[in-house]
Amino acid sequence: MNMPLAKSGITASIALASPATAKVLPLPPKPSVPFARIRATLGKIAASVVPPAVVVALFLVIWEVACRKAGATLPPPSRVVNDAWELIAHPFYDHGGLDKGLFWHLLASLQRIAMGYTLAAIAGVALGTLVGQSVWAMRGLDPIFQVLRTVPPLAWLPLSLAAFRDGQPSAIFVIFITAIWPIIINTAVGIRNIPQDYRNVAAVLRLNPLEFFVKIMVPAAAPYIFTGLRIGIGLSWLAIVAAEMLIGGVGIGFFIWDAWNSSHISEIIVALVYVGLVGFILDRIVAGVSSIVTRGTSAN
Amino acid sequence: MTSYCKIDHVDKIFTRGNTETCVLKEITLDIEKGEYVSIIGHSGCGKSTLLNIVAGLTEATTGGVILEGKHVNEPGPDRAVVFQNHSLLPWLTVYDNVRLAVDKVFGRSKSRAERDEWTLHNLNLTQMTHAKDKRPSEISGGMKQRVGLARALAMEPKILLLDEPFGALDALTRTHLQDTVMGLHEKLGNTVMMITHDVDEAVLLSDRIIMMTNGPEAQIGEILSVPIARPRRRLELVTDPTFLKCRQRVLEFLYERHRFVEAA
Ligand SMILES: Nc1ncnc2c1ncn2[C@@H]1O[C@H](COP(=O)(O)OP(=O)(O)OP(=O)(O)O)[C@@H](O)[C@H]1O
Ligand SMILES: [Mg+2]
Repeated sequence: MNMPLAKSGITASIALASPATAKVLPLPPKPSVPFARIRATLGKIAASVVPPAVVVALFLVIWEVACRKAGATLPPPSRVVNDAWELIAHPFYDHGGLDKGLFWHLLASLQRIAMGYTLAAIAGVALGTLVGQSVWAMRGLDPIFQVLRTVPPLAWLPLSLAAFRDGQPSAIFVIFITAIWPIIINTAVGIRNIPQDYRNVAAVLRLNPLEFFVKIMVPAAAPYIFTGLRIGIGLSWLAIVAAEMLIGGVGIGFFIWDAWNSSHISEIIVALVYVGLVGFILDRIVAGVSSIVTRGTSAN
Repeated sequence: MTSYCKIDHVDKIFTRGNTETCVLKEITLDIEKGEYVSIIGHSGCGKSTLLNIVAGLTEATTGGVILEGKHVNEPGPDRAVVFQNHSLLPWLTVYDNVRLAVDKVFGRSKSRAERDEWTLHNLNLTQMTHAKDKRPSEISGGMKQRVGLARALAMEPKILLLDEPFGALDALTRTHLQDTVMGLHEKLGNTVMMITHDVDEAVLLSDRIIMMTNGPEAQIGEILSVPIARPRRRLELVTDPTFLKCRQRVLEFLYERHRFVEAA
Protein backbone atom coordinates (compact mmCIF):
# COMPACT_ATOMS: atom_id res chain seq x y z
CA MET A 1 0.00 0.00 0.00
CA ASN A 2 1.37 3.38 -0.97
CA MET A 3 -0.34 5.92 1.21
CA PRO A 4 -1.24 9.09 -0.70
CA LEU A 5 0.41 12.03 0.98
CA ALA A 6 -2.65 14.24 0.68
CA LYS A 7 -4.22 12.16 3.43
CA SER A 8 -1.86 13.57 6.05
CA GLY A 9 -3.26 15.57 8.92
CA ILE A 10 -1.65 18.86 8.03
CA THR A 11 -3.37 19.42 4.72
CA ALA A 12 -6.67 18.29 6.13
CA SER A 13 -7.29 21.36 8.25
CA ILE A 14 -7.43 23.62 5.19
CA ALA A 15 -10.52 21.94 3.82
CA LEU A 16 -12.47 23.08 6.87
CA ALA A 17 -12.47 26.72 5.83
CA SER A 18 -15.37 26.77 3.34
CA PRO A 19 -18.57 27.68 5.20
CA ALA A 20 -21.62 25.53 4.61
CA THR A 21 -25.15 26.86 4.59
CA ALA A 22 -28.24 24.69 4.52
CA LYS A 23 -31.96 25.34 4.80
CA VAL A 24 -33.84 23.75 7.65
CA LEU A 25 -37.05 22.08 6.49
CA PRO A 26 -39.89 21.89 9.01
CA LEU A 27 -40.91 18.36 9.92
CA PRO A 28 -44.54 17.28 9.51
CA PRO A 29 -46.34 17.10 12.88
CA LYS A 30 -45.95 13.73 14.58
CA PRO A 31 -48.78 11.75 16.18
CA SER A 32 -48.59 11.71 19.98
CA VAL A 33 -45.68 9.55 21.06
CA PRO A 34 -47.12 7.04 23.61
CA PHE A 35 -50.04 6.16 21.33
CA ALA A 36 -47.74 5.55 18.36
CA ARG A 37 -45.47 3.40 20.49
CA ILE A 38 -48.30 1.20 21.76
CA ARG A 39 -49.52 0.74 18.21
CA ALA A 40 -46.05 -0.21 17.01
CA THR A 41 -45.63 -2.78 19.81
CA LEU A 42 -49.04 -4.31 19.16
CA GLY A 43 -48.23 -4.49 15.47
CA LYS A 44 -44.98 -6.27 16.20
CA ILE A 45 -46.66 -8.83 18.46
CA ALA A 46 -49.38 -9.44 15.90
CA ALA A 47 -46.80 -9.94 13.17
CA SER A 48 -45.14 -12.75 15.11
CA VAL A 49 -48.29 -14.38 16.52
CA VAL A 50 -50.84 -14.23 13.72
CA PRO A 51 -49.00 -16.18 10.96
CA PRO A 52 -48.25 -19.30 13.08
CA ALA A 53 -51.79 -19.18 14.54
CA VAL A 54 -53.26 -19.19 11.04
CA VAL A 55 -51.06 -22.10 9.98
CA VAL A 56 -51.94 -24.13 13.11
CA ALA A 57 -55.65 -23.50 12.57
CA LEU A 58 -55.40 -24.59 8.94
CA PHE A 59 -53.49 -27.70 9.94
CA LEU A 60 -56.09 -28.62 12.55
CA VAL A 61 -58.89 -28.22 10.01
CA ILE A 62 -57.16 -30.44 7.46
CA TRP A 63 -56.37 -33.04 10.14
CA GLU A 64 -59.97 -32.99 11.37
CA VAL A 65 -61.32 -33.47 7.85
CA ALA A 66 -58.82 -36.19 6.98
CA CYS A 67 -59.36 -38.27 10.16
CA ARG A 68 -63.14 -37.86 10.39
CA LYS A 69 -63.65 -40.45 7.65
CA ALA A 70 -64.46 -43.97 8.64
CA GLY A 71 -61.40 -46.24 8.68
CA ALA A 72 -58.95 -43.48 9.65
CA THR A 73 -56.16 -44.92 11.80
CA LEU A 74 -55.55 -41.74 13.80
CA PRO A 75 -58.11 -39.79 15.82
CA PRO A 76 -59.11 -36.28 14.66
CA PRO A 77 -58.19 -33.37 16.99
CA SER A 78 -61.70 -33.11 18.39
CA ARG A 79 -61.52 -36.71 19.60
CA VAL A 80 -58.02 -36.24 20.97
CA VAL A 81 -59.29 -33.44 23.18
CA ASN A 82 -62.27 -35.50 24.21
CA ASP A 83 -60.36 -38.70 24.99
CA ALA A 84 -57.45 -37.09 26.75
CA TRP A 85 -59.28 -34.28 28.51
CA GLU A 86 -58.30 -35.74 31.89
CA LEU A 87 -54.66 -35.45 30.87
CA ILE A 88 -54.89 -31.95 29.45
CA ALA A 89 -56.93 -30.50 32.29
CA HIS A 90 -55.09 -32.09 35.22
CA PRO A 91 -51.36 -32.20 34.61
CA PHE A 92 -50.62 -32.28 38.36
CA TYR A 93 -52.58 -35.31 39.62
CA ASP A 94 -50.65 -38.10 41.29
CA HIS A 95 -52.27 -41.43 42.00
CA GLY A 96 -49.00 -43.09 42.95
CA GLY A 97 -46.87 -45.45 40.87
CA LEU A 98 -46.80 -44.55 37.20
CA ASP A 99 -50.29 -43.05 37.28
CA LYS A 100 -49.30 -39.40 37.40
CA GLY A 101 -50.10 -36.21 35.50
CA LEU A 102 -47.96 -35.16 32.56
CA PHE A 103 -46.25 -32.53 34.67
CA TRP A 104 -44.63 -35.20 36.85
CA HIS A 105 -43.48 -37.21 33.87
CA LEU A 106 -41.97 -34.14 32.25
CA LEU A 107 -40.35 -33.15 35.54
CA ALA A 108 -38.70 -36.57 35.87
CA SER A 109 -37.34 -36.30 32.34
CA LEU A 110 -36.12 -32.77 32.94
CA GLN A 111 -34.32 -33.83 36.11
CA ARG A 112 -32.41 -36.49 34.16
CA ILE A 113 -31.60 -33.89 31.51
CA ALA A 114 -30.43 -31.41 34.12
CA MET A 115 -27.98 -33.92 35.58
CA GLY A 116 -26.61 -35.29 32.33
CA TYR A 117 -26.51 -31.96 30.55
CA THR A 118 -24.77 -30.13 33.39
CA LEU A 119 -22.08 -32.79 33.52
CA ALA A 120 -21.75 -32.65 29.73
CA ALA A 121 -21.45 -28.85 29.77
CA ILE A 122 -18.69 -28.88 32.39
CA ALA A 123 -16.73 -31.75 30.86
CA GLY A 124 -17.37 -30.52 27.31
CA VAL A 125 -16.07 -27.00 27.92
CA ALA A 126 -13.04 -28.36 29.78
CA LEU A 127 -12.16 -30.91 27.09
CA GLY A 128 -12.93 -28.43 24.31
CA THR A 129 -10.57 -25.91 25.88
CA LEU A 130 -7.85 -28.52 26.11
CA VAL A 131 -8.29 -29.58 22.49
CA GLY A 132 -8.53 -25.98 21.28
CA GLN A 133 -5.49 -24.80 23.20
CA SER A 134 -3.02 -27.64 22.79
CA VAL A 135 -1.96 -28.94 19.41
CA TRP A 136 -0.96 -32.29 20.86
CA ALA A 137 -4.25 -32.76 22.69
CA MET A 138 -6.00 -32.01 19.43
CA ARG A 139 -3.93 -34.49 17.47
CA GLY A 140 -4.50 -37.17 20.07
CA LEU A 141 -8.14 -36.61 20.95
CA ASP A 142 -9.82 -35.08 17.93
CA PRO A 143 -9.89 -38.24 15.76
CA ILE A 144 -11.35 -40.22 18.67
CA PHE A 145 -14.03 -37.59 19.25
CA GLN A 146 -14.89 -37.55 15.56
CA VAL A 147 -15.52 -41.30 15.62
CA LEU A 148 -17.35 -41.44 18.94
CA ARG A 149 -19.69 -38.57 18.15
CA THR A 150 -21.24 -40.51 15.28
CA VAL A 151 -22.37 -43.31 17.62
CA PRO A 152 -26.17 -42.95 17.99
CA PRO A 153 -27.24 -42.08 21.56
CA LEU A 154 -29.29 -45.25 22.06
CA ALA A 155 -26.37 -47.45 21.09
CA TRP A 156 -24.73 -46.37 24.36
CA LEU A 157 -27.68 -47.50 26.43
CA PRO A 158 -27.01 -51.27 26.66
CA LEU A 159 -23.40 -50.58 27.55
CA SER A 160 -24.29 -48.12 30.27
CA LEU A 161 -26.99 -50.46 31.62
CA ALA A 162 -24.34 -53.13 31.84
CA ALA A 163 -21.98 -50.77 33.62
CA PHE A 164 -24.41 -49.06 36.02
CA ARG A 165 -26.94 -51.90 36.46
CA ASP A 166 -29.66 -49.31 36.99
CA GLY A 167 -31.95 -47.29 34.72
CA GLN A 168 -31.51 -43.87 36.27
CA PRO A 169 -27.72 -43.41 35.95
CA SER A 170 -27.83 -45.11 32.56
CA ALA A 171 -30.31 -42.54 31.24
CA ILE A 172 -28.19 -39.73 32.65
CA PHE A 173 -25.12 -41.20 31.01
CA VAL A 174 -26.89 -41.36 27.66
CA ILE A 175 -27.78 -37.66 27.95
CA PHE A 176 -24.22 -36.87 28.92
CA ILE A 177 -22.65 -38.75 26.03
CA THR A 178 -25.15 -37.30 23.56
CA ALA A 179 -24.73 -33.68 24.55
CA ILE A 180 -20.99 -33.61 25.08
CA TRP A 181 -19.72 -33.86 21.49
CA PRO A 182 -21.15 -30.66 20.03
CA ILE A 183 -20.04 -28.84 23.19
CA ILE A 184 -16.47 -30.13 22.92
CA ILE A 185 -16.19 -29.48 19.22
CA ASN A 186 -17.66 -25.99 19.26
CA THR A 187 -15.65 -24.95 22.29
CA ALA A 188 -12.47 -26.16 20.62
CA VAL A 189 -13.26 -24.19 17.46
CA GLY A 190 -14.02 -21.11 19.55
CA ILE A 191 -10.75 -21.37 21.45
CA ARG A 192 -8.78 -21.92 18.26
CA ASN A 193 -10.41 -18.84 16.73
CA ILE A 194 -9.45 -16.44 19.50
CA PRO A 195 -7.81 -13.59 17.60
CA GLN A 196 -4.06 -13.24 17.98
CA ASP A 197 -4.69 -9.66 19.12
CA TYR A 198 -6.35 -10.82 22.33
CA ARG A 199 -3.50 -13.22 22.95
CA ASN A 200 -1.05 -10.37 22.44
CA VAL A 201 -2.94 -8.20 24.91
CA ALA A 202 -2.86 -11.03 27.42
CA ALA A 203 0.86 -11.52 26.82
CA VAL A 204 1.68 -7.83 27.32
CA LEU A 205 -0.37 -7.81 30.53
CA ARG A 206 1.28 -11.08 31.62
CA LEU A 207 -2.03 -12.73 32.50
CA ASN A 208 -1.46 -16.08 34.17
CA PRO A 209 -3.16 -19.18 32.69
CA LEU A 210 -6.15 -18.97 35.02
CA GLU A 211 -6.69 -15.26 34.35
CA PHE A 212 -6.28 -15.92 30.64
CA PHE A 213 -8.92 -18.64 30.79
CA VAL A 214 -11.45 -16.57 32.74
CA LYS A 215 -10.85 -13.13 31.24
CA ILE A 216 -9.99 -13.89 27.61
CA MET A 217 -10.77 -17.47 26.57
CA VAL A 218 -14.26 -17.93 27.98
CA PRO A 219 -15.67 -14.58 26.86
CA ALA A 220 -13.95 -14.73 23.46
CA ALA A 221 -15.16 -18.25 22.78
CA ALA A 222 -18.58 -17.74 24.39
CA PRO A 223 -20.53 -17.44 21.11
CA TYR A 224 -19.09 -20.77 19.96
CA ILE A 225 -19.53 -22.43 23.34
CA PHE A 226 -23.18 -21.43 23.38
CA THR A 227 -23.72 -22.76 19.87
CA GLY A 228 -22.47 -26.10 21.19
CA LEU A 229 -24.62 -25.84 24.31
CA ARG A 230 -27.69 -25.15 22.21
CA ILE A 231 -27.11 -28.10 19.91
CA GLY A 232 -26.40 -30.17 23.02
CA ILE A 233 -29.67 -29.36 24.78
CA GLY A 234 -31.63 -30.20 21.63
CA LEU A 235 -29.89 -33.55 21.25
CA SER A 236 -30.38 -34.36 24.95
CA TRP A 237 -34.10 -33.86 24.65
CA LEU A 238 -34.18 -36.08 21.57
CA ALA A 239 -32.23 -38.77 23.38
CA ILE A 240 -34.08 -38.76 26.70
CA VAL A 241 -37.44 -39.61 25.16
CA ALA A 242 -35.96 -42.56 23.33
CA ALA A 243 -33.91 -43.73 26.32
CA GLU A 244 -36.85 -43.58 28.71
CA MET A 245 -38.93 -45.73 26.40
CA LEU A 246 -36.44 -48.50 27.01
CA ILE A 247 -35.69 -47.85 30.66
CA GLY A 248 -39.22 -47.45 31.97
CA GLY A 249 -40.24 -45.69 35.19
CA VAL A 250 -41.59 -42.18 35.50
CA GLY A 251 -40.71 -40.02 32.50
CA ILE A 252 -42.30 -38.67 29.37
CA GLY A 253 -40.61 -41.27 27.16
CA PHE A 254 -42.05 -44.21 29.04
CA PHE A 255 -45.40 -42.46 29.29
CA ILE A 256 -45.59 -42.42 25.47
CA TRP A 257 -44.50 -46.05 25.25
CA ASP A 258 -47.03 -47.05 27.90
CA ALA A 259 -49.83 -45.19 26.08
CA TRP A 260 -48.93 -47.04 22.87
CA ASN A 261 -49.08 -50.38 24.66
CA SER A 262 -52.55 -49.53 25.98
CA SER A 263 -53.58 -48.12 22.55
CA HIS A 264 -54.28 -44.64 23.93
CA ILE A 265 -53.40 -42.85 20.70
CA SER A 266 -54.91 -39.57 21.87
CA GLU A 267 -52.67 -39.56 24.93
CA ILE A 268 -49.64 -40.04 22.71
CA ILE A 269 -50.62 -37.03 20.64
CA VAL A 270 -51.07 -34.84 23.73
CA ALA A 271 -47.71 -36.02 25.08
CA LEU A 272 -46.04 -35.24 21.75
CA VAL A 273 -47.35 -31.68 21.86
CA TYR A 274 -45.87 -31.31 25.36
CA VAL A 275 -42.56 -32.82 24.30
CA GLY A 276 -42.35 -30.35 21.42
CA LEU A 277 -43.22 -27.38 23.60
CA VAL A 278 -40.75 -28.32 26.35
CA GLY A 279 -37.98 -28.88 23.78
CA PHE A 280 -38.73 -25.48 22.32
CA ILE A 281 -38.66 -23.83 25.75
CA LEU A 282 -35.34 -25.52 26.62
CA ASP A 283 -33.83 -24.21 23.40
CA ARG A 284 -35.15 -20.69 24.06
CA ILE A 285 -33.72 -20.74 27.59
CA VAL A 286 -30.22 -21.62 26.39
CA ALA A 287 -30.52 -19.09 23.55
CA GLY A 288 -31.66 -16.44 26.02
CA VAL A 289 -28.78 -17.07 28.41
CA SER A 290 -26.46 -17.04 25.42
CA SER A 291 -27.61 -13.67 24.17
CA ILE A 292 -27.21 -12.17 27.65
CA VAL A 293 -23.75 -13.64 28.19
CA THR A 294 -22.34 -12.95 24.72
CA ARG A 295 -23.69 -9.41 24.59
CA GLY A 296 -20.88 -7.36 23.11
CA THR A 297 -18.69 -10.26 22.08
CA SER A 298 -20.49 -11.08 18.89
CA ALA A 299 -21.08 -7.43 18.06
CA ASN A 300 -17.42 -6.98 17.28
CA MET B 1 27.94 3.87 27.81
CA THR B 2 24.70 2.01 27.50
CA SER B 3 21.59 3.72 26.26
CA TYR B 4 18.07 3.56 27.72
CA CYS B 5 16.81 1.15 25.11
CA LYS B 6 19.19 -0.64 22.79
CA ILE B 7 18.22 -2.73 19.79
CA ASP B 8 21.40 -4.69 19.25
CA HIS B 9 22.26 -6.37 15.94
CA VAL B 10 18.80 -7.83 15.47
CA ASP B 11 18.22 -10.30 12.63
CA LYS B 12 14.88 -11.92 12.04
CA ILE B 13 14.44 -14.95 9.83
CA PHE B 14 10.96 -16.43 9.35
CA THR B 15 10.88 -20.12 8.50
CA ARG B 16 7.81 -21.39 6.74
CA GLY B 17 8.15 -25.06 5.77
CA ASN B 18 11.64 -25.15 4.32
CA THR B 19 11.72 -21.65 2.87
CA GLU B 20 13.50 -19.08 4.96
CA THR B 21 12.85 -15.36 4.61
CA CYS B 22 15.23 -12.95 6.22
CA VAL B 23 12.99 -10.01 7.09
CA LEU B 24 15.30 -7.89 9.23
CA LYS B 25 19.07 -7.71 8.89
CA GLU B 26 21.51 -6.14 11.34
CA ILE B 27 19.19 -3.64 12.98
CA THR B 28 20.99 -1.59 15.61
CA LEU B 29 19.38 1.40 17.25
CA ASP B 30 19.76 3.33 20.48
CA ILE B 31 16.81 5.15 21.96
CA GLU B 32 17.24 7.77 24.67
CA LYS B 33 14.93 8.19 27.61
CA GLY B 34 12.06 10.51 26.75
CA GLU B 35 12.82 10.34 23.06
CA TYR B 36 10.11 10.06 20.39
CA VAL B 37 11.34 7.82 17.58
CA SER B 38 9.38 7.02 14.44
CA ILE B 39 10.01 4.14 12.11
CA ILE B 40 8.95 4.69 8.54
CA GLY B 41 9.21 2.38 5.57
CA HIS B 42 7.16 0.78 2.86
CA SER B 43 4.55 -1.83 3.61
CA GLY B 44 5.89 -5.28 4.40
CA CYS B 45 9.45 -4.17 5.12
CA GLY B 46 9.31 -5.49 8.67
CA LYS B 47 8.33 -2.53 10.83
CA SER B 48 5.75 -4.47 12.82
CA THR B 49 8.19 -7.33 13.19
CA LEU B 50 10.76 -4.96 14.69
CA LEU B 51 8.19 -3.47 17.07
CA ASN B 52 7.03 -6.94 18.11
CA ILE B 53 10.63 -7.90 18.86
CA VAL B 54 10.94 -4.90 21.18
CA ALA B 55 7.58 -5.82 22.72
CA GLY B 56 8.79 -9.39 23.24
CA LEU B 57 5.92 -10.82 21.23
CA THR B 58 8.33 -12.07 18.55
CA GLU B 59 11.76 -13.45 19.24
CA ALA B 60 14.77 -12.12 17.35
CA THR B 61 16.68 -14.80 15.47
CA THR B 62 20.00 -13.28 16.49
CA GLY B 63 20.76 -10.20 18.51
CA GLY B 64 18.41 -8.76 21.08
CA VAL B 65 16.90 -5.80 22.85
CA ILE B 66 18.12 -4.32 26.10
CA LEU B 67 15.84 -2.00 28.05
CA GLU B 68 17.31 -0.19 31.06
CA GLY B 69 20.11 -2.75 31.26
CA LYS B 70 17.74 -5.72 31.12
CA HIS B 71 17.51 -8.19 28.27
CA VAL B 72 14.01 -8.37 26.78
CA ASN B 73 12.89 -11.98 26.39
CA GLU B 74 9.14 -11.91 26.99
CA PRO B 75 6.27 -9.47 26.65
CA GLY B 76 5.46 -7.30 29.62
CA PRO B 77 3.62 -4.16 30.68
CA ASP B 78 6.86 -2.16 30.80
CA ARG B 79 6.63 -2.21 26.97
CA ALA B 80 2.97 -1.37 26.43
CA VAL B 81 1.74 -1.66 22.86
CA VAL B 82 -1.00 0.25 21.09
CA PHE B 83 -1.96 -2.08 18.28
CA GLN B 84 -2.96 -0.95 14.83
CA ASN B 85 -6.45 -2.44 15.19
CA HIS B 86 -6.99 -1.21 18.77
CA SER B 87 -7.34 -4.78 20.20
CA LEU B 88 -9.81 -3.79 22.87
CA LEU B 89 -11.70 -6.67 24.44
CA PRO B 90 -15.23 -6.29 23.05
CA TRP B 91 -16.97 -7.85 26.05
CA LEU B 92 -15.55 -5.26 28.46
CA THR B 93 -16.56 -1.63 28.75
CA VAL B 94 -14.05 1.11 28.00
CA TYR B 95 -13.44 1.51 31.73
CA ASP B 96 -13.00 -2.23 32.28
CA ASN B 97 -10.56 -2.53 29.38
CA VAL B 98 -8.28 0.00 31.05
CA ARG B 99 -9.04 -1.31 34.53
CA LEU B 100 -7.93 -4.82 33.53
CA ALA B 101 -4.48 -3.46 32.76
CA VAL B 102 -4.42 -1.30 35.89
CA ASP B 103 -5.45 -4.22 38.11
CA LYS B 104 -2.81 -6.43 36.58
CA VAL B 105 0.05 -3.95 36.83
CA PHE B 106 -0.83 -2.22 40.11
CA GLY B 107 -2.84 -4.98 41.80
CA ARG B 108 -0.34 -5.15 44.67
CA SER B 109 0.99 -1.61 44.87
CA LYS B 110 -2.24 0.38 44.73
CA SER B 111 -5.47 0.12 46.73
CA ARG B 112 -8.83 -0.44 45.05
CA ALA B 113 -9.76 3.20 45.22
CA GLU B 114 -6.38 4.25 43.87
CA ARG B 115 -6.71 1.87 40.95
CA ASP B 116 -10.15 3.25 40.15
CA GLU B 117 -8.77 6.76 40.29
CA TRP B 118 -5.77 5.86 38.13
CA THR B 119 -8.04 4.26 35.53
CA LEU B 120 -10.21 7.36 35.35
CA HIS B 121 -7.13 9.58 35.29
CA ASN B 122 -5.78 7.83 32.21
CA LEU B 123 -9.14 7.87 30.47
CA ASN B 124 -9.21 11.57 31.19
CA LEU B 125 -5.74 12.04 29.68
CA THR B 126 -7.03 10.72 26.36
CA GLN B 127 -10.38 12.52 26.76
CA MET B 128 -12.41 9.32 26.96
CA THR B 129 -14.02 9.67 30.39
CA HIS B 130 -17.38 10.48 28.79
CA ALA B 131 -17.57 7.03 27.15
CA LYS B 132 -16.26 4.99 30.05
CA ASP B 133 -19.36 2.79 30.31
CA LYS B 134 -19.68 2.11 26.60
CA ARG B 135 -18.50 -1.03 24.88
CA PRO B 136 -15.91 -0.89 22.11
CA SER B 137 -18.55 -1.68 19.49
CA GLU B 138 -20.42 1.47 20.47
CA ILE B 139 -17.60 3.96 19.92
CA SER B 140 -15.80 5.23 16.81
CA GLY B 141 -12.42 4.05 15.52
CA GLY B 142 -10.66 7.15 16.81
CA MET B 143 -12.16 6.68 20.25
CA LYS B 144 -11.07 3.05 20.31
CA GLN B 145 -7.50 4.15 19.63
CA ARG B 146 -7.80 6.67 22.46
CA VAL B 147 -8.88 3.88 24.80
CA GLY B 148 -6.02 1.70 23.55
CA LEU B 149 -3.69 4.61 24.29
CA ALA B 150 -5.20 5.08 27.76
CA ARG B 151 -4.73 1.40 28.47
CA ALA B 152 -1.08 1.55 27.39
CA LEU B 153 -0.37 4.75 29.36
CA ALA B 154 -2.02 3.29 32.44
CA MET B 155 0.67 0.60 32.56
CA GLU B 156 3.30 3.33 33.03
CA PRO B 157 5.55 1.66 30.47
CA LYS B 158 9.26 2.33 30.21
CA ILE B 159 8.74 2.55 26.48
CA LEU B 160 5.47 3.05 24.64
CA LEU B 161 5.18 1.11 21.40
CA LEU B 162 2.73 2.42 18.80
CA ASP B 163 2.10 0.28 15.72
CA GLU B 164 0.53 2.60 13.14
CA PRO B 165 -1.84 3.91 15.79
CA PHE B 166 -3.57 6.28 13.40
CA GLY B 167 -3.36 4.16 10.25
CA ALA B 168 -7.02 3.22 10.05
CA LEU B 169 -8.42 6.68 10.83
CA ASP B 170 -9.69 9.48 8.63
CA ALA B 171 -7.52 12.56 8.24
CA LEU B 172 -9.40 14.76 10.71
CA THR B 173 -9.59 12.20 13.48
CA ARG B 174 -5.96 11.43 12.88
CA THR B 175 -5.06 15.10 13.31
CA HIS B 176 -6.84 15.22 16.66
CA LEU B 177 -5.13 12.08 17.88
CA GLN B 178 -1.72 13.27 16.77
CA ASP B 179 -2.26 16.41 18.82
CA THR B 180 -3.33 14.32 21.80
CA VAL B 181 -0.27 12.09 21.55
CA MET B 182 2.03 15.07 21.10
CA GLY B 183 0.50 16.80 24.12
CA LEU B 184 0.82 13.67 26.26
CA HIS B 185 4.43 13.15 25.24
CA GLU B 186 5.23 16.70 26.30
CA LYS B 187 3.34 16.35 29.56
CA LEU B 188 4.46 12.87 30.61
CA GLY B 189 7.85 12.63 28.89
CA ASN B 190 7.33 9.04 27.74
CA THR B 191 9.82 7.25 25.59
CA VAL B 192 7.95 6.38 22.41
CA MET B 193 8.64 4.16 19.43
CA MET B 194 6.03 4.67 16.72
CA ILE B 195 5.54 3.00 13.37
CA THR B 196 3.98 5.09 10.65
CA HIS B 197 3.35 5.33 6.93
CA ASP B 198 2.77 9.04 7.03
CA VAL B 199 5.67 11.37 6.37
CA ASP B 200 4.05 14.50 7.85
CA GLU B 201 3.07 12.60 10.96
CA ALA B 202 6.60 11.31 11.42
CA VAL B 203 8.16 14.77 11.10
CA LEU B 204 5.54 16.44 13.27
CA LEU B 205 5.85 14.04 16.20
CA SER B 206 9.39 12.67 16.21
CA ASP B 207 12.74 13.61 17.57
CA ARG B 208 14.29 11.11 15.19
CA ILE B 209 12.96 9.32 12.12
CA ILE B 210 14.32 5.86 11.33
CA MET B 211 13.93 5.14 7.62
CA MET B 212 13.96 1.50 6.68
CA THR B 213 14.97 0.06 3.34
CA ASN B 214 12.66 -2.32 1.52
CA GLY B 215 12.60 -5.96 2.51
CA PRO B 216 13.58 -8.70 2.41
CA GLU B 217 16.63 -8.13 4.56
CA ALA B 218 15.41 -4.68 5.53
CA GLN B 219 17.93 -2.45 7.22
CA ILE B 220 18.02 1.00 8.69
CA GLY B 221 18.69 3.13 5.62
CA GLU B 222 19.00 6.50 7.23
CA ILE B 223 18.32 8.22 10.54
CA LEU B 224 17.08 11.79 10.48
CA SER B 225 17.02 14.06 13.50
CA VAL B 226 14.19 16.57 13.56
CA PRO B 227 15.62 19.66 15.25
CA ILE B 228 12.33 21.47 15.79
CA ALA B 229 11.74 22.89 19.25
CA ARG B 230 8.80 21.67 21.32
CA PRO B 231 6.01 22.43 21.89
CA ARG B 232 5.33 22.19 18.18
CA ARG B 233 2.38 23.87 16.56
CA ARG B 234 0.92 22.15 13.57
CA LEU B 235 -0.11 25.35 11.79
CA GLU B 236 3.22 27.12 12.31
CA LEU B 237 5.15 24.12 11.07
CA VAL B 238 3.53 24.18 7.63
CA THR B 239 5.80 27.08 6.67
CA ASP B 240 8.75 26.20 8.92
CA PRO B 241 11.86 25.70 6.74
CA THR B 242 13.27 22.98 9.03
CA PHE B 243 10.00 21.07 8.85
CA LEU B 244 9.91 21.33 5.08
CA LYS B 245 13.52 20.24 4.78
CA CYS B 246 12.96 17.18 6.99
CA ARG B 247 9.85 16.29 5.08
CA GLN B 248 11.76 16.60 1.82
CA ARG B 249 14.50 14.28 3.11
CA VAL B 250 12.07 11.55 4.10
CA LEU B 251 10.13 11.83 0.85
CA GLU B 252 13.32 11.57 -1.14
CA PHE B 253 14.35 8.50 0.77
CA LEU B 254 11.02 6.75 0.38
CA TYR B 255 10.09 7.69 -3.15
CA GLU B 256 13.38 8.16 -4.96
CA ARG B 257 16.09 6.09 -3.40
CA HIS B 258 13.93 3.27 -2.04
CA ARG B 259 10.89 3.18 -4.22
CA PHE B 260 8.40 0.48 -3.45
CA VAL B 261 9.25 -2.07 -6.11
CA GLU B 262 6.56 -4.73 -5.91
CA ALA B 263 3.24 -3.95 -7.52
CA ALA B 264 1.12 -2.81 -4.59
N1 LIG C 1 4.75 -15.10 11.28
C1 LIG C 1 5.31 -14.85 10.08
N2 LIG C 1 5.75 -15.87 9.32
C2 LIG C 1 6.33 -15.64 8.12
N3 LIG C 1 6.48 -14.43 7.58
C3 LIG C 1 6.07 -13.36 8.28
C4 LIG C 1 5.44 -13.52 9.56
N4 LIG C 1 5.12 -12.29 10.02
C5 LIG C 1 5.51 -11.42 9.07
N5 LIG C 1 6.09 -12.05 8.02
C6 LIG C 1 6.66 -11.40 6.83
O1 LIG C 1 7.56 -10.45 7.26
C7 LIG C 1 7.50 -9.31 6.44
C8 LIG C 1 7.39 -8.07 7.29
O2 LIG C 1 6.12 -8.08 7.94
P1 LIG C 1 5.69 -6.86 8.86
O3 LIG C 1 4.32 -7.15 9.32
O4 LIG C 1 6.72 -6.65 9.90
O5 LIG C 1 5.68 -5.66 7.85
P2 LIG C 1 5.29 -4.14 8.09
O6 LIG C 1 6.43 -3.33 7.70
O7 LIG C 1 4.75 -3.97 9.45
O8 LIG C 1 4.13 -3.94 7.03
P3 LIG C 1 2.84 -3.01 7.13
O9 LIG C 1 3.32 -1.64 6.91
O10 LIG C 1 1.99 -3.48 6.00
O11 LIG C 1 2.22 -3.24 8.45
C9 LIG C 1 6.34 -9.50 5.49
O12 LIG C 1 6.85 -9.81 4.21
C10 LIG C 1 5.59 -10.67 6.04
O13 LIG C 1 5.08 -11.47 5.00
MG1 LIG D 1 2.72 -3.56 10.26
